[in-house]
Amino acid sequence: MFDYQFFIEVLVGGLLSGVMYSLVAIGFVLIYKTSGVLNFAQGAMILFAALTFVSLLERGVPFPLALLATLAVMVVLGIAVERFVLRPLVNQPPITLFMATLGLSYVIEGAAQLLWGAQVHGLDLGISDTPFDVAGVLISQFDLFAAAVAGALVALFALFFRYTRTGLAFRAVADDQFAALAVGLRLPRVWAAVWTAAGIVAVVAGLLWGARLGVQFSLSLIVLKALPVLVLGGFDSIAGAIVGGLLIGAIEKLAEVYVGPFFGGGIEAWAAYVVALGFLLVRPSGLFGQKLVERV
Amino acid sequence: MACSSAGIKPHGYKCMSDLLLSVEALAATYNHAIRALSGVSLTVRRGEIVALLGANGAGKSTVLKAVSNLLYAQRGQITEGQIHFDGGAVTTISSADLVRRGLVPVLEGRHCFHSLTVEENLIVGAIGRDARRSEIASDLDRIYALFPGLKQRRKSLSGFTSGGEQQMTAIGRALMSRPRLLVLDEPSMGLAPLVVESIFRTLKQLNVSEGLSILVAEQNSTVALRFADRATVLENGRTVLGGSALELRQRADIKALYLGSPSESAARVSSSSNRAVA
Ligand SMILES: Nc1ncnc2c1ncn2[C@@H]1O[C@H](COP(=O)(O)OP(=O)(O)OP(=O)(O)O)[C@@H](O)[C@H]1O
Ligand SMILES: [Mg+2]
Repeated sequence: MFDYQFFIEVLVGGLLSGVMYSLVAIGFVLIYKTSGVLNFAQGAMILFAALTFVSLLERGVPFPLALLATLAVMVVLGIAVERFVLRPLVNQPPITLFMATLGLSYVIEGAAQLLWGAQVHGLDLGISDTPFDVAGVLISQFDLFAAAVAGALVALFALFFRYTRTGLAFRAVADDQFAALAVGLRLPRVWAAVWTAAGIVAVVAGLLWGARLGVQFSLSLIVLKALPVLVLGGFDSIAGAIVGGLLIGAIEKLAEVYVGPFFGGGIEAWAAYVVALGFLLVRPSGLFGQKLVERV
Repeated sequence: MACSSAGIKPHGYKCMSDLLLSVEALAATYNHAIRALSGVSLTVRRGEIVALLGANGAGKSTVLKAVSNLLYAQRGQITEGQIHFDGGAVTTISSADLVRRGLVPVLEGRHCFHSLTVEENLIVGAIGRDARRSEIASDLDRIYALFPGLKQRRKSLSGFTSGGEQQMTAIGRALMSRPRLLVLDEPSMGLAPLVVESIFRTLKQLNVSEGLSILVAEQNSTVALRFADRATVLENGRTVLGGSALELRQRADIKALYLGSPSESAARVSSSSNRAVA
């Protein structure tokens, strides 16, 4: 007989880990929406943020101070990237910009290694990972915490976009870049703000993922996890990134448990790609994405 | 005072400070290859409405984008000539700073922010000149008084509003930047005659009551010449004709010669030239 309780447990676990994928994907979407740049360096930024934070902790800096310092570092990094990498490349074709972020990701990783060394660090956020019981379904406490933090961050961004001037400028630039330029918005400022926001997302994602996997260089590879999410949700939709992340999380876990045994297990790593590939054939712009149009 | 705004003498010397915008011998290309303009000259004096006329592809939009220093964003370049706005060389001033100095474009095809509400569109215009919060509210009221239709639609996403409403939104958004020179690219495009009429009437009203200077590109020469003080005609990227709107209006042949002739006016031209020969 089908074990519903177990199914729900797997599903919930999948959805919760999906939240973490959403978090990575949102960093992508923010930048893509406003500047049309597919920022491959998002993973390196996550690594850099996590590494900076742990290294500060290990040197005896108190938790809140380390968090603030990390945020500050990421803000500076975001502004620097806009100023020294993207601004000189304005009006270049998307592939050039993509290559630039690819290069950037190596520079950031190299800098991280130079600054903090290459060893693996454990990161303890003080949240135990003991599962607890909700109506017979076991839920990981850490997953729940991560989901809550991610949810709070998304809510914060939503409020920011809705009610602040910068948020409005942000949405205008994402909607029509040429018109935004014509009405007098200062695009470089908006881009700097976007990279700052992506940096903040990277800090949150870095701490959560770092606590889960340990802070190490493979952390930057979670960008690859974000790709199927983006294919599913659309590259230019924050709602898409959230739903896409949840879907991918759920699909991975369900596939691993219910389909995995037929392949001898270990399909969690690539199941998402298979789904994304299938999806690409049916709906190339994603669930929520606009039709891909050539940007000016 | 040497620069009194009193009489605009027909052929007389106009002093510099009366010139708000001057375009001199402008040449421009796209992608460093396609030549779009060569030797285009025009001026806009304070308080004037100047129409820029020409058929499809004549180069009107290119001139206007050059004037707002937006050409580079579409891979265009100015290769020769000069543009001055209020004494400053436009090519050395960013489009954002031009807006803050009072030169504000309304783009061809309206370019509203479709996913923003009508009111948000207007507010972005205010942000574009770094307006203070207190100013925004009163400026909004002013726009709604000019375009009452927009007030009812203020909470609608602009992508869901009609073409006329979008044009009003685009103009209103530009007015939120408190322009001294409004640069409009084909505001009549795709709109019903009545809507076009009302938009031009509102612009004229602003021109008369507040001294707003306007440079407007149009294919619809009939309407444009009725509201403009002067006009410049472009053909294949060159200025071929200029003069007072009144004068140009009386020359039935310009429509046939330069503005993509409807057969009716072509007939009139041939009959008038016959008369000239006879
Ligand atoms: N972005 C662009 N890239 C390349 N060529 C362009 C571009 N925009 C315009 N052109 C070319 O420059 C010339 C002038 O075009 P422009 O848009 O200025 O004409 P227009 O008078 O505004 O025409 P319309 O009445 O159709 O709007 C045309 O030959 C056009 O093909
Ligand atoms: Mg045009």
